[in-house]
Amino acid sequence: MPAVQETVDRVRAIDVDQYKYGFETTIEMEKSEKGLSEDVIRFISAKKDEPEWMLEWRLDAYRRWLTMKEPNWARVEYDKINYDELYYYAAPKRKAAQSLDEIDPEILKTYEKLGIPLREVEVLEGIAPERRVAVDAVFDSVSVATTFKAELAKAGVIFMPISEAVREHPELVKKYLGSVVPVTDNYFATLNSAVFSDGSFVYIPPGVRCPMELSTYFRINERDTGQFERTLIIADKGSYVSYLEGCTAPRRDDNQLHAAVVELVALDDAEIKYSTVQNWYPGDSEGRGGIYNFVTKRGDCRGANSKISWTQVETGSAITWKYPSCILRGDNSRGEFYSIAVSNGMQQVDSGTKMIHLGKNTTSRIISKGISAGRSQNTYRGLVSAHKKAKGARNFTNCDSLLIGDQCGAHTVPYIESKNASAVFEHEATTSKISEDQKFYCLQRGLSEEEATALIVNGFVRDVLQQLPMEFAVEAQKLISISLEGSVG
Amino acid sequence: MADVTTLRTAAETGLSKLFEVQRLKLPGAAIAREEAFRYFEAAGLPHRRVEAFKYTDLRAAVREAAPPAEAPDAETARNAVKAARGFAGIEAARLTFVNGHLVAALSDLAGLPEGLEVVPFAQAMSEGHPLLDHLAPVEQTRENPIYQLNAAFMADGVVIQVAPGAKVERALHLRFVGTGNAPFSTATRVLVVAGDEAEVTILESHEGPDGIAYQPNDVLDVVIGDRARVLHSRLNIEGDAAIALSTISARLGAGSHIETVNVVTGAVLSRHQLYLHFAGDDATATVNGAAMIRDGQLADSTLLADHAAVGGISREQFKTVIDGDATGVFQGKIIVRQIAQKTDGKMKSDCLLLTDEGQMMNKPELEIFADDVACGHGATCGALDEDLLFYLMARGLPRAQAESLLVQAFLGEAIEAVSHEDAREAMIAEIEAWLARRG
Amino acid sequence: MLEIKNLVVNIEDKRILNGLSLTVNDGEVAAIMGPNGSGKSTLSYVIAGKEDYEVLDGEILLDGENVLEMEADARAAAGIFLAFQYPLEIPGVGTMTFLKAAMNAQRKTRGEDELTTPDFMRQVYAAADKLEINKDMLKRALNVGFSGGEKKRMEILQMALLSPRFCVLDETDSGLDIDALRIVSEGVNALRAQNRSFLVITHYQRLLNHIVPDTVHVMAQGRVVKSGGKELALELEASGYAEYRSNEAA
Repeated sequence: MPAVQETVDRVRAIDVDQYKYGFETTIEMEKSEKGLSEDVIRFISAKKDEPEWMLEWRLDAYRRWLTMKEPNWARVEYDKINYDELYYYAAPKRKAAQSLDEIDPEILKTYEKLGIPLREVEVLEGIAPERRVAVDAVFDSVSVATTFKAELAKAGVIFMPISEAVREHPELVKKYLGSVVPVTDNYFATLNSAVFSDGSFVYIPPGVRCPMELSTYFRINERDTGQFERTLIIADKGSYVSYLEGCTAPRRDDNQLHAAVVELVALDDAEIKYSTVQNWYPGDSEGRGGIYNFVTKRGDCRGANSKISWTQVETGSAITWKYPSCILRGDNSRGEFYSIAVSNGMQQVDSGTKMIHLGKNTTSRIISKGISAGRSQNTYRGLVSAHKKAKGARNFTNCDSLLIGDQCGAHTVPYIESKNASAVFEHEATTSKISEDQKFYCLQRGLSEEEATALIVNGFVRDVLQQLPMEFAVEAQKLISISLEGSVG
Repeated sequence: MADVTTLRTAAETGLSKLFEVQRLKLPGAAIAREEAFRYFEAAGLPHRRVEAFKYTDLRAAVREAAPPAEAPDAETARNAVKAARGFAGIEAARLTFVNGHLVAALSDLAGLPEGLEVVPFAQAMSEGHPLLDHLAPVEQTRENPIYQLNAAFMADGVVIQVAPGAKVERALHLRFVGTGNAPFSTATRVLVVAGDEAEVTILESHEGPDGIAYQPNDVLDVVIGDRARVLHSRLNIEGDAAIALSTISARLGAGSHIETVNVVTGAVLSRHQLYLHFAGDDATATVNGAAMIRDGQLADSTLLADHAAVGGISREQFKTVIDGDATGVFQGKIIVRQIAQKTDGKMKSDCLLLTDEGQMMNKPELEIFADDVACGHGATCGALDEDLLFYLMARGLPRAQAESLLVQAFLGEAIEAVSHEDAREAMIAEIEAWLARRG
Repeated sequence: MLEIKNLVVNIEDKRILNGLSLTVNDGEVAAIMGPNGSGKSTLSYVIAGKEDYEVLDGEILLDGENVLEMEADARAAAGIFLAFQYPLEIPGVGTMTFLKAAMNAQRKTRGEDELTTPDFMRQVYAAADKLEINKDMLKRALNVGFSGGEKKRMEILQMALLSPRFCVLDETDSGLDIDALRIVSEGVNALRAQNRSFLVITHYQRLLNHIVPDTVHVMAQGRVVKSGGKELALELEASGYAEYRSNEAA
């Protein structure tokens, strides 16, 4: 798969200075005043024309946030974030667009450059026309375009910016927002609850198989701006949806904060497949700049026989702090986590998952592949637990790390808690370097050292790549290829 | 942990008071003890918010500071030892400790095998014995409150020197026996310094009265010279109300080897800590544990293997069998430092839950900074395999016997490694006895 | 000897045996043949007393006594022996340890004295010799690292040592090459006796060339649909199971 080659190139290049989404879009922006206060939250809420209950919800979160402390248990080090020096809201000044023609051409150009199709007639290269992807494009704090809305609506699928959903579907938002990641879940989630700006809202009605892949593309553009998107996906009984997410940011010398919250709810017999290409600006090779990516992602398999699957390819960000998790509440529900985390330069990744088995005969599977290069630190941190009532729970975990060079680190911190004899947990982890024997074999067959490395790394991450939807693989490849454009030769 | 300010517990206050009294009585320079105790005092009894004690909350378990046991009189000591069963009957040179005090009359201080030199710890401390420079051979123990508590209160023990090149065939059995009708605490320190190319076998047994909440805190420091071998077997068959804390900290020289196997059936709460520092190249370690616990017990094995030299090999295998409402804990961490290329570390923790009430907490960690390594860990947890049980029962074995056979086979993998044949047999006998009590 | 009456068995709400009746007389070798999925292996497990099978109706009588209420070990002591289709590997349990434990457990249940070690060794070595099982195999953990043929020979060794009244051979020929098949069959034939019966479960006629049955029963849809003499096996070999499969589909 060519995407693998790109991933490998990305690792092997080891030079994070080659980030190619690092361009900036010059455009007139409207921002909140610097720093955070109740006034700023009122400003954000007013900008979005929110109902009173939403504002109260935000204010409540803000007051709680003030009493909380930043967590420090992850294996990441960074200069203290000065929350007073950030902008919590930034939006293109031009009035909300009704059609693509009204969107600032600079923004359209940005997405074009990133390879994200905002025109419904456009299709991703290499994809048959019937395999379409609906896109919600979020530019700093607001959604600038959402495609295929009308067609999705025909199937009963709601796919829109969450700020719109708050106004148009308050009953759904009220019912589910904060029901998976409570307002006070953790420092960054609470901050997000107070200031979240935009993100996607998805509702799939009972029995509906979403007719196309849904995707959101997040772009941070403005300087000194935090991005706090919020995504809420509800798959009602017997429904299915596959959702893709991609992220990039310009290259700057200072760090930018991204603190998102994603909540997934799967009711009886529903399935959600959530895939991410995270490619925020990683900072330069000396560790200057880059995104601080503190993200809370959690899925609730609320109904019996439901399934939530997380797949992530993490290549970006200076710091990644992210644990997409599954609460396996419904009997016979299933959670999956497939991850490729690539770090190089001075990147620090602390990522993993939690599989909380509460219901009977719940199953989970974790496949994590970490690749460390440069002077990066790459940690897998995970929890698998079986509650007393989770009879017959099953987990299989495989987490492997590959080190390229002796200046980096690869770490594994799993917690495996079984409170039930009928639960069967199996966990295995390995850390190694690329096998010299395998490499020699490839070289002997005429491959170059780089090709040989690529081939072996391909094999290493194959289990996870197989989980990706085809659209995603192509999109991922495209995103990565931009970053490598002109970087070699 | 700094985030949580909690009031000092009765036990913590009690320990401070005890220390004030003891520090002047205890042998050696008070200053080092002072330092150790200040560390402990600042940290307090570790609790579940402290990551390393997440599953073993000593603050909750240790309600009161038990007073340090006095040295027993001759008759008490004799009676206590008469009933002792740990590694009894094994041909070995014996050193006997009753309530944490070396009892010379019941020890083979004279007639020790050639190449062994033993100095009572209290004496060594008073004299300022030069070997004491080797105390606390592993850096990370300085941040361990249990170890530091021992360092503050350590009252007796032995310093054992194995002459370079000496191959001591006869095992040295350190027999720790507790006795008494009221709670007491002990803090023993054994230091083993094995010279280059020396070889020694050390057996340790720990036992005491049932129904008494005594609190042993034992430390074994081991310094292993180049190409030397230390073979160590340990039996925890403490009384059923004991809170038994123990630490082994070992520094491995180039090409050296340590084998340490710990079998646990005793104590209401036990925590066995292992710190291995691979200081010289090509050192190897076999570290195994077998714990069998039932209602109300907690057994914690916590391991740190720190590879700081090239080519180290470590094999860690821990087995836990849980019957009824008991908790097993395994925390293992393999660190491979940047310099420690070609390290080969494999760690495994397996647990059998015989009934639904038990719980097992596994935290196997890898922390790797060198690229040319092969490290791995595995953890499994589950009930006995029903298909295997059926196979055995279809051959006529009653369920209980079939279960016992499978449990023995399961634990056997951890015990196979014991080089000392009699010690291995004794451990197997302990497993059988435990299973027999299960009925 | 063994009488199965109207046996109805479910696994997880799925009907596997559906009113199966079968009688095997003293000294008789009965073969059960049938297409895959007809419930043959289930029958063997239910006779031996594996859990997870829900017996909804019927009886299994061994010498007139219903064994359905007995645990697997009690059935073994009563003389039921199952040669597994896939013998299990038990790491850490030595083959000799296992054999001794099994023999003594059954003796104990029957109120007999334990075997002395020399007696035990003599019996094992004598039986092992006949099955071409070498001492090295006996030293290893039970079935661990054994080839398919070695595992099957180990099953027959156990059968010989435990002297059962009623032996069930579940697809014993599967995975055997021609030499192993001969050794295993000879082992079984040597154990044929007036007070011992066999139920030989197989998909193919091949095994029945070596272990010649007295009666042959065809199983389909969870019950015996046709019974006859050994010639029935040859008929099946010629005509296949198609006739019975279409029954299933109906």
